[in-house]
Amino acid sequence: MSIDRRAFLAKSFGGFAAGTTLAAGEAQALTLARPDKVASPDAVGILYDSTLCVGCKACVAACKAANGAPAVVPATLADWNQGEWDSAEDLDGRTLNVIKAYVNGTREVKDRETDGFAFVKRHCLHCIDPSCVSVCPVSAMQKHPVSGIVTNDKDACMGCRYCSYACPFGVPQFDLTQAYGRINKCEMCGHLQAKGGIPACCDVCPTGASLFGKLTDLQKEAETRISLPAGTPHDFPRGRLGGDRPANPGQTANYLKKVYGEKDAGGTQLRYIAGVPFDKLGLPNLPNHSFAATAEGIQHTIYKWFAAPVVLFAGLLALTYRSTRKGNGGAGGDAPHSSEKS
Amino acid sequence: MHDAHVQPRPLGGRILTVPVAILTVLTLVGFYYIAKRYFFGIGAVANVNPGYPWGIWVAFDVIVGPAIGCGGFAMALLTYVLNQGKYHPIMRPALLGGLFGYTLAGVAVMIDLGRYFNSMNLLLPWHLNTNSIMLETALCVMAYVAVLWIEFSPAFLERFGLSKLRKTLERFMFVIIALGVLLPTMHQSALGTILAVNESKLSPLWWTQLLPVLYLISAVAMGYSVVAFEATLVSRGFRLKSELPLLSSIGRIILWLVVAFMFIRIGVIVLNGNLGLAFESTRAALLFWVETFLFGAAIVLLSTDRLRRTERYIFLSACALLLGGTFYRLDSYLLVYTGSPGWRYFPSVPELMITIGLVSLHVLLFILFCKLLPVLSNPPRQAAEAHAS
Repeated sequence: MSIDRRAFLAKSFGGFAAGTTLAAGEAQALTLARPDKVASPDAVGILYDSTLCVGCKACVAACKAANGAPAVVPATLADWNQGEWDSAEDLDGRTLNVIKAYVNGTREVKDRETDGFAFVKRHCLHCIDPSCVSVCPVSAMQKHPVSGIVTNDKDACMGCRYCSYACPFGVPQFDLTQAYGRINKCEMCGHLQAKGGIPACCDVCPTGASLFGKLTDLQKEAETRISLPAGTPHDFPRGRLGGDRPANPGQTANYLKKVYGEKDAGGTQLRYIAGVPFDKLGLPNLPNHSFAATAEGIQHTIYKWFAAPVVLFAGLLALTYRSTRKGNGGAGGDAPHSSEKS
Repeated sequence: MHDAHVQPRPLGGRILTVPVAILTVLTLVGFYYIAKRYFFGIGAVANVNPGYPWGIWVAFDVIVGPAIGCGGFAMALLTYVLNQGKYHPIMRPALLGGLFGYTLAGVAVMIDLGRYFNSMNLLLPWHLNTNSIMLETALCVMAYVAVLWIEFSPAFLERFGLSKLRKTLERFMFVIIALGVLLPTMHQSALGTILAVNESKLSPLWWTQLLPVLYLISAVAMGYSVVAFEATLVSRGFRLKSELPLLSSIGRIILWLVVAFMFIRIGVIVLNGNLGLAFESTRAALLFWVETFLFGAAIVLLSTDRLRRTERYIFLSACALLLGGTFYRLDSYLLVYTGSPGWRYFPSVPELMITIGLVSLHVLLFILFCKLLPVLSNPPRQAAEAHAS
């Protein structure tokens, strides 16, 4: 649709010109959004390499132990499993990290889309410009200015679950099983990091599929892996990138040429590389901008300097004063006691 | 204007009627499940789940409820801001509808909040996040509920003969009335802005940066519709003289609001090149057409003077618009919301009974207030049409 047509439309419907112009602005991708936030130079993160994951779920068990989260048993398994075996199938109020599988057809080859299978690890992606932090009315969701870790403060949280509702990845989870539950989410084991440790999932991962490190270093490592032809020998670090743990020698897989989370939704601090398309792994196709930026942009356009409400209120005061005092049609406040004015 | 038309007075009559009894039972059932929710948690009564964190308590009770409660707001706009004094007789019942619409939305919020004690943090400045649209809606709801009770308080003061206090209140009532327009304007538009963050989870048939504009226009239109709806039911139900002449002029306003709403909404969809989505075989497309049909029906039913002078068509158009606005809200908050893969949501019976209980309480209190307090000012039908007996 051409600009001319839109201009013509705006002219022809004089009464709705404003609405049309706004709409046309949107059509041209003129957005009210503020600029996206950028990552802290010292941000930490996790690189998850789906091709290295063997689906052992040691990270799920370690996560539960490190965070004191109880086992979850789906109702379908309850007759043979009384909770001695954690069998969470997805993120929930008691599961901060979960391994899921993609399967197709005969499931013959790992990391192949057709007749293959693949694993994916799901937990908080620690967005660079997170929706959950933006939408939280009581500042319970916070993003650490240096590490970039996104946390929930249960003493601030009122349990409205707007963070869960707005998260593009469906991550923050309210524990609905408790009378007075709380939001639970991956906080990248901040309590372990404070003691010099690394997130439990990365610590326990035998293959280095979950790798902790500085975000910029992880991105470089990811780019190196996906740029190498499949089958190239490569040492896969484990635990912490740049740590003293011996790396696993191996070969690069047939990677997709994309690091998920580099730009998606404005960028995330959990980054994925994989051999199977990311949307097949349950990671949605998202635009390369932050949703928080759009929502805050709209809100702060309407409420710039709080001018609009103040002006509106002043105008309303003048009009309601007139109609309640002058004794014309609307005389007498709530009830029309026209006799009162004399 | 007839003198009998300007003085609101209590209807009186028997309190315990069959409708009152039924509504009381439904309310009590709702409160039984509310107690259960507080003792055993949200998960014990509701079907909200990790993929769908918000269910009908939010989408219906907190989002649709206040829109249906916009009668007081919409009529104040007309009566006091545009100074149309002739609408006075329907001001108080409209206010009463808004009073319960908003108050019970506040109650519903406290049922849905998982950590309700911490809602106190909304009043602690160091906790506030001014980027959060939820913060704006929460503060506006709290303030507007207070404003509505003050706006309605003359009914209590008249009933109990506190005329001195009534006169003092009168002096600064214009401030309260102005707030009573400002706060719902902010709140209803913000209910649209809440969804702005959901660009990836909401079909472009609903998601646009103009969500706050669409939510505000449709809320005002729903406000006028609910006045027409209530006024018709009240005059029929309590056998009072009809307010048809006033409703006819309101019909004209509703018409132009719906036209503006549809023009902007469809305009945005067309200009963004998303109209094709309406012709796919998806739930979103189906619901889009249900809404379009209802809004279209409201426009057609109000399109000529002759139709607008007929009580039946005004009532039907109000029903169509209330349904359309309700669907617009339920759809954008819940029915076309993209939850996490693998999850579904359908409300449980206890969850529904809580919503039904709150709606019943709304209607119950409306009836009781009309009987006990000076709310309605229509003369009885027999007095108005004495010869017709």
